[in-house]
Amino acid sequence: MSGFLGADRAVELAGRASARASALAATPGARRWWRALLGNPAAAAGTTLLVAFGVVALAAPWIAPCPAGQERHCGDDPYRVPRYGFAGMPRPPSAEHPFGTTGKQYDVFYGLVWGTRTAFRVGLLITIPALLVGVAVGATAGYFGGWADEILMRTVEVFMAFPFFVAAVTLASALRAHPQLGQGLLAPMLALLAFGWMGYARLLRASVLSVKERDYVWAARALGVGDGRIILRHVIPNSMFSVLVAASLDVGGTVLAFAGLSFFGLGVPDGYADWGQMLAAAHDRLPSLGRDWHLVVFPALALVLFALGCTLVGDGIRDALDPQSASRLPASERR
Amino acid sequence: MRTYIARRLLLLPVILFGTTLLTFGLLAQLSPSQRAALYVPRLPRSPQAVERVIARYGLDDPMPEQYLRWLGQVAQGNLGFSKSGGEPVSTVIRHHLPATLELALWSSVTIVWVGIRLGVLAAIHRDRALDQLLRVFSTIASGVPFYLVGLLGLLLFAGRLQWLPAGDRLSSPNQLLVDGPTWLPLTGMYTLDALVNRRPDVWLDALRHLALPVASLSVVSWAYLLRVTRSSMLEALGEDYVRTALAKGVPARQAIERHAWANARLPVVTLAGLTVLGLLGGVAFVEAVFNWPGLGSRFIQAGVSLDIVTTMGLTLFAATMLVIGNLVVDVLGAWLDPRIRLS
Repeated sequence: MSGFLGADRAVELAGRASARASALAATPGARRWWRALLGNPAAAAGTTLLVAFGVVALAAPWIAPCPAGQERHCGDDPYRVPRYGFAGMPRPPSAEHPFGTTGKQYDVFYGLVWGTRTAFRVGLLITIPALLVGVAVGATAGYFGGWADEILMRTVEVFMAFPFFVAAVTLASALRAHPQLGQGLLAPMLALLAFGWMGYARLLRASVLSVKERDYVWAARALGVGDGRIILRHVIPNSMFSVLVAASLDVGGTVLAFAGLSFFGLGVPDGYADWGQMLAAAHDRLPSLGRDWHLVVFPALALVLFALGCTLVGDGIRDALDPQSASRLPASERR
Repeated sequence: MRTYIARRLLLLPVILFGTTLLTFGLLAQLSPSQRAALYVPRLPRSPQAVERVIARYGLDDPMPEQYLRWLGQVAQGNLGFSKSGGEPVSTVIRHHLPATLELALWSSVTIVWVGIRLGVLAAIHRDRALDQLLRVFSTIASGVPFYLVGLLGLLLFAGRLQWLPAGDRLSSPNQLLVDGPTWLPLTGMYTLDALVNRRPDVWLDALRHLALPVASLSVVSWAYLLRVTRSSMLEALGEDYVRTALAKGVPARQAIERHAWANARLPVVTLAGLTVLGLLGGVAFVEAVFNWPGLGSRFIQAGVSLDIVTTMGLTLFAATMLVIGNLVVDVLGAWLDPRIRLS
């Protein structure tokens, strides 16, 4: 058959057929996703939480507009929290400051509302690149095996030899000394990314090992399709499931880890709208937390509810699409 | 079994070599003059003097050469000089390790002892109120980071209720006593030393100071351990041998302990080990929140003041601990599994 069609053409046809098949499969799949998200009460609660956070993030300019007289703080860059004075005691919640102010007189409500955007940005901008790196490493190691596998997997083990937080703190602080990378959000994000991809590489490698022996891969190989094309078109799409679920579960953990770096002064700069940064104000006032409860309670609520939403949604997707794994280990080990 | 352990032991140097390479790679990102600043307390103003420091420590040599020299020093236990601590990093480790060890030991015991029991309880009471309650707890707690539990505990029990101290390892009179000449510092872990020195009041004081940090580390870890114990136990409880045991009249308690648990404990032991190893990161945050004078709070302090030599030295130390700990957990898990042990 390939005699008159040509190998490439045959594969193209086969690919088109498989694309049609996956489009067909996608219809009930999409419905299954929705059922997964809204069908069981826990996942529905998680979806509601995340949607609520999404609305807050999108509507931030209307929920917390830059107050009059604060233009020099949040006028140009809305991520800079308005500041009412310089030092003194944190002010408790009032009509003017619904969640009170920090010791440095930053408005907690404003910081938390705009911090929602930071949370989504950070969660996705760390998890997605980590996922891509993990997929590239895992697919290469699993597909080619042999020396490539040995070297890549030993590298994974070396990265995993570091306790996650310890490594992230060290890297974030080392990057601070770097003239270009040291400013803004880049240093803490790179630190979390550098030690956040290994889990995906391992998961993907494990599924690639079984997928690469499937008939359709052998068929493609027999038709003379190149390795790169096989990996990209056949192997990766069919081994992504568990990695995607793990990544969706990890978004919350990533946001918490980032907030942890900010909490200790290794994340975003002072006065940046970020949940961890708002919580850091509590770190300065540990002895009097009984009085300054608002410094802990509001940022903590935001963080816990966001992480809870991510966990519930991730669990819901996993349970609905892969009932066998209902008892599997939680994917995020980052604490 | 032997080949398994042998393989792991052979890989150990490879992994450790990789960790040193990665750690050194971080250092190599800095320019020679930046690295010179790490070696001397205050970098001299004049460029010639900086050049002298660079030449003296060979900071401009080819990287492999510098790496080998650094590795030689590390192998001799010289991790560099800690600026933020004002003493060599190895001394920092020696001084602050007991505090961290004490916290970690108490936490490990609490986590494993209580966590497993909670999981077994949940499995036995499957789908009843207690199980539901524990499930809600584990879902919420598994998403909460250590430092947040610490802050909330601090707010509630130290701030509002004033039941427990807000930080430090001992109240100040006892701290003076412990640092004084009459005290026999055997281990540096106060709950042990107090027993040796026959001071039950100091022991109690140390325990009160441990309560909140240990609880912060435990609550989150229970969430994981309890989940795995529950599902592993449920699986075992559904097996035929448990039904047979019950059918032939074995008391329920014995069936659970002897028959179900003996088979359910395999994954639990591995996860318990991993959970305890996972404390290596969390302990740093909890120590910083509770002003606990251990390695973790020193580490965070060094990180915040951009003291790279200290953070790297402590990171390398933690990584070595983790690699060895992982090996122990793996071997223990393999040894507990007769299918692997006897193969």
